[in-house]
Amino acid sequence: MKRVRFWGTRGSLPVALTASGVRAKVRAALHGASGRTFASDDELERYVDALEFPISGTYGGHTSCVEIETGSGEYVLCDLGSGARPFAQAAVARHGPDAPQTYHVFLSHLHWDHIMGMPFFGPAYLKGNVIRIYGGHAEIEAALRRQQGKPSFPVEMSIMPATLEYVRLEPGPVHEVAGMAVKVLKQRHGGDSYGYRFTAGGRTVVYTTDSEHRLVNPDETARFVDLFRDADLVIFDAMYSLADSISVKADWGHSSNIVGVDLCHLAGVRHLCLFHHEPACDDVAIERLLKETRRYEEISRSGSALHVSAAYDGMEIDW
Amino acid sequence: MEFSSLRFADVIVVAPVGRIDHATAEALQLKLEPLLVAAAGMGGALVLDLAKVEYVSSVGLRVVMMAAKHLKARKARIAAVALQPIVREIFEIARFNHVVELFPSLADALQELSAPARAAYDAGNGSVVP
Repeated sequence: MKRVRFWGTRGSLPVALTASGVRAKVRAALHGASGRTFASDDELERYVDALEFPISGTYGGHTSCVEIETGSGEYVLCDLGSGARPFAQAAVARHGPDAPQTYHVFLSHLHWDHIMGMPFFGPAYLKGNVIRIYGGHAEIEAALRRQQGKPSFPVEMSIMPATLEYVRLEPGPVHEVAGMAVKVLKQRHGGDSYGYRFTAGGRTVVYTTDSEHRLVNPDETARFVDLFRDADLVIFDAMYSLADSISVKADWGHSSNIVGVDLCHLAGVRHLCLFHHEPACDDVAIERLLKETRRYEEISRSGSALHVSAAYDGMEIDW
Repeated sequence: MEFSSLRFADVIVVAPVGRIDHATAEALQLKLEPLLVAAAGMGGALVLDLAKVEYVSSVGLRVVMMAAKHLKARKARIAAVALQPIVREIFEIARFNHVVELFPSLADALQELSAPARAAYDAGNGSVVP
């Protein structure tokens, strides 16, 4: 594995930066530059680079879609949220219409925010492409067809000329896909969800979203620690605060930054990436969450340091 | 885990010692359960004296949440006092400062929660809870 690229990182519903949000960023950047001059574009770039991320950038608003570059020549995606659309545009632009590709797509579950990108998935409209969709649910094909059926969408899936295949993965055995060893774990979420552990070339990435941890069952905790064990990167649902996730939002099927750190520490993970951001959170709120999580990691650390990041649309993690 | 409890009028004060994490949380929960029933039965409050607690993990915070749910559902109150700076940070990061009332000292908490309890505390009339 060479790289993980985030195309959609938001939970539940896509969100967009508003005009007032952009204005606040411009104001903050101009305020910081008050009285300064920039002798060159390079100097200006350095100033922008030094700004805090909520001023110079945005976490973005597409729902879940993460690409894992394996080096195998075939594409691997986790989930088909609205972030699948910019992924698809980039892939089609890269290869053109006459160079068929294979796309392996692992679905965490079939809730709308994780499949809403399928009707806009450009490679599905090109003959010769193979799109193989994996998941733990028996109803993957039915859910995708229903989403795209009348009266919800004008183009039925039966019209898509690419070859669409559906593969049900059972938790337990190790599956071989695109040169990777893939382990699957059922997670606590309404209608169930599935977490994935991908290993190739001595590197391991875990994708675990829409997963609630109740912290009451040691066996359940042990199963997740086993899934995370010594991973290089864990992409983790940190949608709510710990207090909310075990009180007013208990049974909503999501987790917290605190639980992410604790599980990663128990499992000896190297890098925790906070994911599936609450749509009500703006860039400042997510940045605060990141800083607090890094502080909690520092406080709670008893062994090696765990690097903590917060995913944003367009972020890449290289090795 | 090491643990002591005292009763001042209608308030029970619980003072755990050390770390509250995956290794100790279950033991704390078991010890807390009868005290929660007693505090709720009096319609009073339970105070967690965290002066000697060095660290609380997510599993430990879950025990605090379970206690808060039990008491609030029965119109009783819960507070935590004398948090060490790191424990206070953890409470704030986890947003538990919105779950339990935080006070600098036991005297401050009793002053707010119950006049009879504060009077008993000032008079040194705490009784050991079996």
